[in-house]
Amino acid sequence: MKKQLNVSAIKQGTVIDHIPSTALFKVISILKLDHCKDMVTFGNNLDSKVMDGKAIIKVENRFFKDKEINKIALVAPHAKLNTIKDYEVVGKYVVEIPDEIQDIARCFNPKCITNHENIDTYFEVISKSPVALKCRYCEKITHQDQMEIK
Amino acid sequence: MNAKNLISITDFSKEEYLRIMDLAADFEANPDQRLLDGKVVATLFFEPSTRTRLSFETAINRLGGEIIGFTDSSSSSVTKGETLHDTIKMVSNYADLIVMRHPLEGSARYASEVSNVPVINAGDGANQHPTQTLLDLYSIVKTQGSLNDINLFMVGDLKYGRTVHSLLMAMSHFENPIFNFIAPPELAMPNEYKLYLRSKGMRYFEHTEFTDIINEADIIYMTRVQKERFPDPVDYEKVKNVYILRNKMLKHTKDNMRILHPLPRVNEIHTDVDSNPKAYYFDQARNGVYTRMAIIAHLLNLK
Repeated sequence: MKKQLNVSAIKQGTVIDHIPSTALFKVISILKLDHCKDMVTFGNNLDSKVMDGKAIIKVENRFFKDKEINKIALVAPHAKLNTIKDYEVVGKYVVEIPDEIQDIARCFNPKCITNHENIDTYFEVISKSPVALKCRYCEKITHQDQMEIK
Repeated sequence: MNAKNLISITDFSKEEYLRIMDLAADFEANPDQRLLDGKVVATLFFEPSTRTRLSFETAINRLGGEIIGFTDSSSSSVTKGETLHDTIKMVSNYADLIVMRHPLEGSARYASEVSNVPVINAGDGANQHPTQTLLDLYSIVKTQGSLNDINLFMVGDLKYGRTVHSLLMAMSHFENPIFNFIAPPELAMPNEYKLYLRSKGMRYFEHTEFTDIINEADIIYMTRVQKERFPDPVDYEKVKNVYILRNKMLKHTKDNMRILHPLPRVNEIHTDVDSNPKAYYFDQARNGVYTRMAIIAHLLNLK
């Protein structure tokens, strides 16, 4: 049976696969793809053998740096990237939670200054599995189940 | 921003703690040193804290500095909606140093990132109050002669009490401390601090009463057990008298033992203790002035 693509192939750029369906628009926002001038195509609620509904994003002519793409690790910890050149996959990459998280998550502490003024949040990642983030400002630890993406 | 700040007790190394202790002793021996002559210090108290403010202002006056600032946010532009960012930006153009008290946690760290001049955290919500910890260390070294080999009893609210958490972190830099935590289960020392001590191979013991073991203490650090911390008022009634230190309890305690308290006390130290030479909490408050003089001199490289 011929395999049919749900989202059209790109000539060159990046394919971000295995994004949880619920996180698609957060990934778009974190990577600022909503302001991207290049062609962006995405599909959501696609069948997956390993996930309960996945999303995929294809960005023409964009090649992300590790630091840039690792930003999505909090919302899409199993995301995989394929680098495409001339319709061929020339590189594969799995996201990794970085050691520091800047301005993606909110501090869970309602009395933290970051929840009262317009300030970028900064966290030191003190555990990657399960995720635990230590706020640079109030020094409290936000655990995975308390995490809210900005 | 390259200014040296004091925001969290973990900002200082063991060597810096010891330098502050030496400087504090120097200021205690000779308190009128006009090192801040011609300098302006802003004391920004976004919430009232009379004791801490007076202690800082005495330290600044003793050093010959001028003070600007406010004693609560109702007398500042905060009431007009000014952000902390803008207040700090503005004041750091006026002053050589900022001392800040703020009800929000992390506000001092943020202020230090915005400010062009050093910032001293005089308390940010329930987070940090590092100058209290340094004056506690100074009180310990003054009364015990050393910060090593101290058997430290911490009594009362160990769950929410930021002073005991910071003191624990600071004391863990020194040799062979023994920590005795005395608290009701509802207010026990949080696990993260116990894990921290374990990771450093340090000894701690937990108790719910301390009458039987009090004779082993070098320092008894009392804190308030606050009724409002208990979900059930009945639980408070059960423990409230267990944590009242009375003079008769001190009969067989060590000669070198001293009682500390960050103050204000309510009823956790009976007034009959006040006349006992082992009561040290008012001297401790006086030590705060010398310690704050030392911190200011250190941050501004005046000594």
